[in-house]
Amino acid sequence: MQNPYLPYPVRIDEIITETEDKNLKTFKFVFLNKEDEEKFAYRSGQFAELSVTGKGEIPIGIASSPTEKGFVKFTVNKVGLVSTFLHNMKVGDIMGIRGPLGNSYPWEMLEKGKNVVIIGGGFAFTTLRSSIVYMLDPTNRPKFGDIHVIYGARSPGMLLYRDELAKWEARSDINVHITVDGTDDPGWKYNVGFVPAITEKKAPPADENTYAIICGPPVMIKFTQPVLDKQGYGHHNIIMSLENRMKCGIGICGHCNVGKEFVCKDGPVFTLAQLNRMPREY
Amino acid sequence: MTDARHAVRKTGRHQAKANRQLLYKRVESMKVVKIDKKKWDQGLAALKGVYRIFSPVKMKDAFEFKALEENENPDLGGLNTRLSAKGLIYPQTEAMFTYTLDESREDHHIMSPVETDYSPRAVIGLRPCDADAFLLVQRNFDTPQYKDPYWIDAYEATTIVGLACENPCSTCFCTSAGSGPFNETGLDVLMVETKDGYILKSVTPKGESLIAASGWNDEISPEEAQKQIEPLKTAAEQKISSVVETDQLKNKDAMTIYNAPFWDDVAFACINCGTCTFVCPTCWCFDIQDETHKTEGVRMRNWDSCMFPLFTLHGSGHNPRGEKVQRVRQRFMHKLKYYVDKYNDGIQCVGCGRCVRACPVNIDIRKVCSLMNQPENATCAAQS
Ligand SMILES: Cc1cc2nc3c(=O)[nH]c(=O)nc-3n(C[C@H](O)[C@H](O)[C@H](O)COP(=O)(O)OP(=O)(O)OC[C@H]3O[C@@H](n4cnc5c(N)ncnc54)[C@H](O)[C@@H]3O)c2cc1C
Ligand code: SF4
Ligand code: SF4
Ligand code: FES
Repeated sequence: MQNPYLPYPVRIDEIITETEDKNLKTFKFVFLNKEDEEKFAYRSGQFAELSVTGKGEIPIGIASSPTEKGFVKFTVNKVGLVSTFLHNMKVGDIMGIRGPLGNSYPWEMLEKGKNVVIIGGGFAFTTLRSSIVYMLDPTNRPKFGDIHVIYGARSPGMLLYRDELAKWEARSDINVHITVDGTDDPGWKYNVGFVPAITEKKAPPADENTYAIICGPPVMIKFTQPVLDKQGYGHHNIIMSLENRMKCGIGICGHCNVGKEFVCKDGPVFTLAQLNRMPREY
Repeated sequence: MTDARHAVRKTGRHQAKANRQLLYKRVESMKVVKIDKKKWDQGLAALKGVYRIFSPVKMKDAFEFKALEENENPDLGGLNTRLSAKGLIYPQTEAMFTYTLDESREDHHIMSPVETDYSPRAVIGLRPCDADAFLLVQRNFDTPQYKDPYWIDAYEATTIVGLACENPCSTCFCTSAGSGPFNETGLDVLMVETKDGYILKSVTPKGESLIAASGWNDEISPEEAQKQIEPLKTAAEQKISSVVETDQLKNKDAMTIYNAPFWDDVAFACINCGTCTFVCPTCWCFDIQDETHKTEGVRMRNWDSCMFPLFTLHGSGHNPRGEKVQRVRQRFMHKLKYYVDKYNDGIQCVGCGRCVRACPVNIDIRKVCSLMNQPENATCAAQS
């Protein structure tokens, strides 16, 4: 019997400070045992429990893409006990990761030529990065229709993955709309405005083959949803990823339920149509 | 490295299994034996040679399960135990892994499995409701996708000898909750107290092995046993005065019950002490914590409770069930609706009545269940 609580041992290979407030860092991990990397076969939208030995575990979305081999990446916000300790760890340190966990975005369905609109805000862009890299992989790109990305942060210095964003922005096979709430940088060449406003201007028209994936802080979601409603997006075509406090990540410890669903096992990805029928306990 | 660790755990499991298979071989057919009170001690001593025995024992102010010492006897005469038997399979606090932070050690910062004793154990004298509860929670710990090795190994190592409940409490409603005072589901052996001793009826091969190992061999025919047991069973069932309707729970829309008007009244007096969840045989939630002393540590799991605000508190400060009424509703919705919808096999409650007896403010699941079963009739009768 495989023990589902046993983390795979990993080594921190690289740490990148992502944002100007230094509260977000990306950790690149390498598996100590090569076989474990194969066992950790994942899909974009899944998460893992990062196990900081002696402190505990935190569920974090997988930011690398299944098409990137030899490592896995996570971007972690400094919040409380475990994430703060992790922020102080060094390249070469040993810890664990457990997963992959959760359901993922509905790739099987999306890969049948669907148009995908990614809408992200703040640091909730990690599994969206994974998804973009995955879709842009040359073998995968033909499986999708048009791809739009709308991504916003408070200021240019708070955007995650800035180098990659710039590269995607310059490509013709993906429409990237980067925005910030405000900036005094005269060289800023992208949008200024909140994500809902940019969505109103830039999101493609709704049709049944177009799916919006939204991840962001609650206020962003609250104001973006009416915009999508107005544009005619059906609730089956709006996909969201939930967060709830977690411990086991495998549907056993009881911490993360929303109604009869476990965010960790039945989610974290749900359509808005599903969420409409669930208690708002997230 | 990891594989060697898995191997250690496997050996433990296989050993326990092999022991049991040895026992199975000595048995030919299901049997029923009669025990004279005089032969009780002798058989118990024989069982102690094969199993670690756990039984109710009278403690300071209540009966609780405990591992019997060499000369210790179970106290089978009392009321049901205050805590359920769940802790025998799923301890209140349990080590999952150990680790070292000492960087001079090769495996520093890597979790190692703990060595747990999964040699054969027997629980003697738990009530049928507690045994049935194991089957309800098994769905949570032993799933097609994930297996909780701690729970499964402990459950497999355990032989369950249930004592038929001839004096149910006034708070018991097991017959409404899919169980019953003489219910055999989840038992390996049913034990019935008679005028001059006990009748032990094996229900499973595991139970057969236990009877064989005890040396109690005064066999009686199943028909004879039935003749003696039946009247006792009927008498016990008649003593259960609480009847709770659960028939509409399945058909009602979850959100209708969730949004029903009675939750504020139900929750009003609750002080969120969590007692109801700790005493309950079918509450299974846990927390995971690392405990480090100098450089050595243990990853533990501990019972947790949906009644505590911390249970759902996000790192950001947001709390999806920050209000007491949300937590009280969660407990009842989980047991009486979410579970019903998820597994389509009744409620997540065996009617043992412990939560009713232990609640300091008299919140009564039987009343709440009736409200939930007929939410359209509910006005605000939670405490009436
Ligand atoms: C599916 C999912 C994906 C996530 N992805 C990311 C991500 O990519 N990047 C990121 O920075 N954060 C992410 N989070 C949130 C992250 O898990 C919490 O910020 C983190 O657990 C806080 O832990 P802490 O020990 O620092 O805080 P503390 O407040 O000290 O928390 C103590 C413990 O409570 C639990 N906990 C607390 N808050 C949360 C929470 N919001 N969600 C789940 N468990 C919690 C954890 O077990 C944590 O160790 C995600 C959460 C979920 C559920
Ligand atoms: S909910 Fe109450 S009555 Fe039901 S099994 Fe738990 S403790 Fe017993
Ligand atoms: S035992 Fe009673 S008061 Fe305590 S948490 Fe349960 S319902 Fe509330
Ligand atoms: S985190 Fe344990 S059930 Fe979801």
